[in-house]
Amino acid sequence: MKNTISERVADFLKNYPPFNLLQKKELLTLSEQVSILYQEKNSFIFTSGEDPHTSFYMVHKGAIALHKASKKNTTKSEIVDICDEGDIFGIRPLWVKENYKLEAVAHEESIIYGIPIAAFKPYAQNNENVGNFLLESFASNTANPYSKRHKGNLYSSDYSENITPEVKLLDLQPVTYTKKLISCLETTPVNELAELMNKKRIGSIVILKDDLPIGIVTDKDLRTKIVTGQYPITTPASKIMSSPVITYPKNMTVTQAQMAMMKSNISHICLTEDGTVNTKVIGILSKHDIMVSLGDNPAVLVKAIKRTTKYKQIKAIRKSIMNLLQGYLDENIPMGLTAKIISELNDACTKQVIEISLEKMPTPLPCKFAWMAIGSQGRSEQLLHTDQDNFLVFEDVPEDILPKTTNYFLKLAKHVTKGLNTIGYEYCPAEMMASNPKWCLSLQEWKNMVSHWIINPGPDEVLMSSIFFDYSLAYGDKNLVDQLSEHIFTTTKKYPLFLLHLTKGALQNPSPSGFFRSFLVEQDGQNKDFFDIKSRALMPLVDAARVLILSHSVKSISNTWERYEKLAELEPNNSEIYLACSYATKALLKFRTKQGLLHRDSGRYIALDKLSKEEKIKLKRTFKTVKEIQELISIRYNVANLLG
Amino acid sequence: MWFNKNKNTPQKSIDKIRFVVLDTETTGFSFYKDRILCIGALSIENNVIAVRNTFEVYVNQNIYNKETAKIHGILKNSKKSLIEEKEALLQFLDYLGDAVIIAHHAMFDIQMLNHALERQGLPELKNEYIDTSRLYKKTLLKSNLLLKKEQYSLDELAEKFSISKEDRHTALGDAFITAIAFLKILTLLKQKKEVTLRYLLK
Repeated sequence: MKNTISERVADFLKNYPPFNLLQKKELLTLSEQVSILYQEKNSFIFTSGEDPHTSFYMVHKGAIALHKASKKNTTKSEIVDICDEGDIFGIRPLWVKENYKLEAVAHEESIIYGIPIAAFKPYAQNNENVGNFLLESFASNTANPYSKRHKGNLYSSDYSENITPEVKLLDLQPVTYTKKLISCLETTPVNELAELMNKKRIGSIVILKDDLPIGIVTDKDLRTKIVTGQYPITTPASKIMSSPVITYPKNMTVTQAQMAMMKSNISHICLTEDGTVNTKVIGILSKHDIMVSLGDNPAVLVKAIKRTTKYKQIKAIRKSIMNLLQGYLDENIPMGLTAKIISELNDACTKQVIEISLEKMPTPLPCKFAWMAIGSQGRSEQLLHTDQDNFLVFEDVPEDILPKTTNYFLKLAKHVTKGLNTIGYEYCPAEMMASNPKWCLSLQEWKNMVSHWIINPGPDEVLMSSIFFDYSLAYGDKNLVDQLSEHIFTTTKKYPLFLLHLTKGALQNPSPSGFFRSFLVEQDGQNKDFFDIKSRALMPLVDAARVLILSHSVKSISNTWERYEKLAELEPNNSEIYLACSYATKALLKFRTKQGLLHRDSGRYIALDKLSKEEKIKLKRTFKTVKEIQELISIRYNVANLLG
Repeated sequence: MWFNKNKNTPQKSIDKIRFVVLDTETTGFSFYKDRILCIGALSIENNVIAVRNTFEVYVNQNIYNKETAKIHGILKNSKKSLIEEKEALLQFLDYLGDAVIIAHHAMFDIQMLNHALERQGLPELKNEYIDTSRLYKKTLLKSNLLLKKEQYSLDELAEKFSISKEDRHTALGDAFITAIAFLKILTLLKQKKEVTLRYLLK
């Protein structure tokens, strides 16, 4: 029975091997047999040793991790492969009628297709291509035949730039290269050529004649031959191109490519069908591509981020960022440095999302604006993928065009928040996002709002302030931010009572330990008996730092340990406790991040029975600091009266 | 049979309940004047939707409305094979069984079906139902800072949960969007507390 859903399933399948090898009719019949499975994050599709299911699986949305079976008592099992959209898994055991060797777990919330082996088998047996594809994937022993090793063979599918972060044995991997070739003719004037390169954000362009490569123009050629005035900007490309082109076949390895570039002292290699200049160009390989495939290095990642043109490409890079973070933590790199690098990378992702969103807007910007990160992101303390919290402020405009301007930025903000969602930041459950009309305002409107909070500090206003006042500029005009900060300081000075209320708010976090120095755990809900490291240990430190730094009118330090370091400088007599706070914040954040990576969640709730004795002692030591800083602000702002 | 008293006890684990996600395309919003042109439904059992076990029928009607045709795209003389209303309803009742109904703005679809059932001399639906437009609100934070809307549209849910809107405004396509949204809502609710059928129906 053909229907809307089976058609949609067929539409998806036809894009991926081996289904792209089937006839349309065959595909439709097969699609009717498919089951659509919804998998919650961290739920199992199959476990090791389990009898084979009647279906194998294909990822429709999300990602599935294949693990080596975890032994008991080890919390972490080794990830063998991660299957993304279009990858198939769990087919080999069905074919050879063995039990599953690996276990498949939803790496993120996923939708997968279950394809009955009985329905699929006839195609594999009757269609030689399908059979070969399967044989090859079994022989290569990748659970996922559409994996990196095979990308070269399957290059006909439309992947313009592939970034394969998980690959370990890099040197002998086939290169991944840019397949969407940007080219022009020998007669193309250089100014047009440069515009095209700008538009496509590429550093080199191939010159074709009768579809064959005859030369290449790179940024360097433009710099040395045009900008110097040697040639006018209307010169035809043929005059400045490097020729002949160095060409290679497409199945070269990363090491081969590096050697080739070194040998000829070039930064771009042209890949052709048979490796000579006499066949069609199928791709271009730059030094950058090689650097990217060489792996997880912050500078390379930033470059890769800046090259992206689609949100989804950034998502792939964010996986590498997580690998990097894990590496830093494993090697015990100081937390301050780790946080800085990871935040920079996350910021670069956000910036790029905004760049891409701006491209989507039909008209140019009506005026200056600033995109602000708030909460943990604003404090540069967000290392794991969590919620997005942000707001937007734009320049003051005449009243008659204010609605139109607001609408423009709301539309932009919708694109950006959607993009951030695509790359892995969940929508904020409290709608604290620039796409919410309440959080997308002109500078004057923001000033009014902030004044309202400071002058009428009820519980909601204080809560708003505590989220909002940890902001940092993510993109746009710094001047707008400074004006807003200035306004906050002058208003706070005029209404000192506000600080008192903010302090009161800061003291309302639940206490980390009980009378006998035992941990206090959650009493109910899904996290019953877990220790809430965020609200019981981290937030008190974060909140106290905010109150103190605000009272000193210190601008543009929003990171908590940097705030404490600044405070130690400003109040030498209290420097000891402030430095202890700075240290404790870093220690706690590291704790949380490690827990989060281990359990693939926000790391907020910690299972105490899984901690070693040493870890527990470390954790408890920070509680003393938490109590001390709470006492300090409570006495300084004389909150006792208010609380009583 | 479908007119039996519902057997789903509120304590039954939700993994074991059969849910039927349903959507209808109609000629308009009047329960009396307007007619059902298409019924689309799919069933969810333990988080699995079997494509072969989905339901989609186009109904032969004398009433037609050019305006709503712009939305659902069902033409008067389309080449789809049409069946008579009574036959469509009987097939649907057979498919539905004693499942719990899930629909976006469920009351509309259920009322529409009930009026059709009455016209055909059939008893009305007794199944329990869950409205995703209301259920979604349970996932939202309880906070003064968040302005809640009275109702959330299917488009809003699709955007929130990044569900493709490609088949929007076909009965089965909308049912599919609703189904995925329902499953995602369940995941969110489970993070807060243990989810029972009683809680979902509340």
